Amino acid sequence: MLKIDRAIHDEIVAHARRDHPDEACGLVAGPAGSDRPERLVPMLNAARSPTFYQFDSAEQLRLWREMDDRDEEPVVIYHSHTATEAYPSRTDISYAGEPGAHYVLVSTRDPGRHEFRSFRIVDGIVTEEDVEIC
Amino acid sequence: MAIEIRIPTILRSYTGGAKSVQASGETLSALIDNLDAQHSGIKARLVTDAGALHRFVNVYVNDEDVRFTGSLDTALKDGDSVTILPAVAGG
Repeated sequence: MLKIDRAIHDEIVAHARRDHPDEACGLVAGPAGSDRPERLVPMLNAARSPTFYQFDSAEQLRLWREMDDRDEEPVVIYHSHTATEAYPSRTDISYAGEPGAHYVLVSTRDPGRHEFRSFRIVDGIVTEEDVEIC
Repeated sequence: MAIEIRIPTILRSYTGGAKSVQASGETLSALIDNLDAQHSGIKARLVTDAGALHRFVNVYVNDEDVRFTGSLDTALKDGDSVTILPAVAGG
């Protein structure tokens, strides 16, 4: 189950809408071991593509170092799908390299209604989980 | 020659849980071979069968992404620090 703040949830959706039709991406850091997503960090999609996203590698190093300094870890890693459903693609699964993170997908394919879903991706296996917005 | 390598969570099963290990090598390629000699199997997660760096990992030498410094041919010297992170990407 993913428990996430209403404000952070809304900001993730707003980020996805802003970057549409390119995929948006980012993460939410939280205290190591807490499973609490507390600090939203929207990232640049270095691929700037409607079908692919990638964190800029230098920005990613800076962010990972910062999280390490603050004793945080990536609790949520999010990105958007702009024409397909909010479900991890084969590419998403093959790249998923943070086994402790909740992988959040937002779909902006419908301008009137967004989809916000969360998944665990461990050893290539996708498991959907409930999202509780608090 | 001793080079410190920061290991991401997903590869710590190869290093017995260690976040940081030491290895030696004049190039990144040699370093990875030496790392694999100590922690068997880790090379296959970093280098493809064709001998190139996997697109699923970012490797940094002294904070520079090695994709800009010659990839596996990047030269190393004593005291350099190497960081490995899983590339965050998808489609």
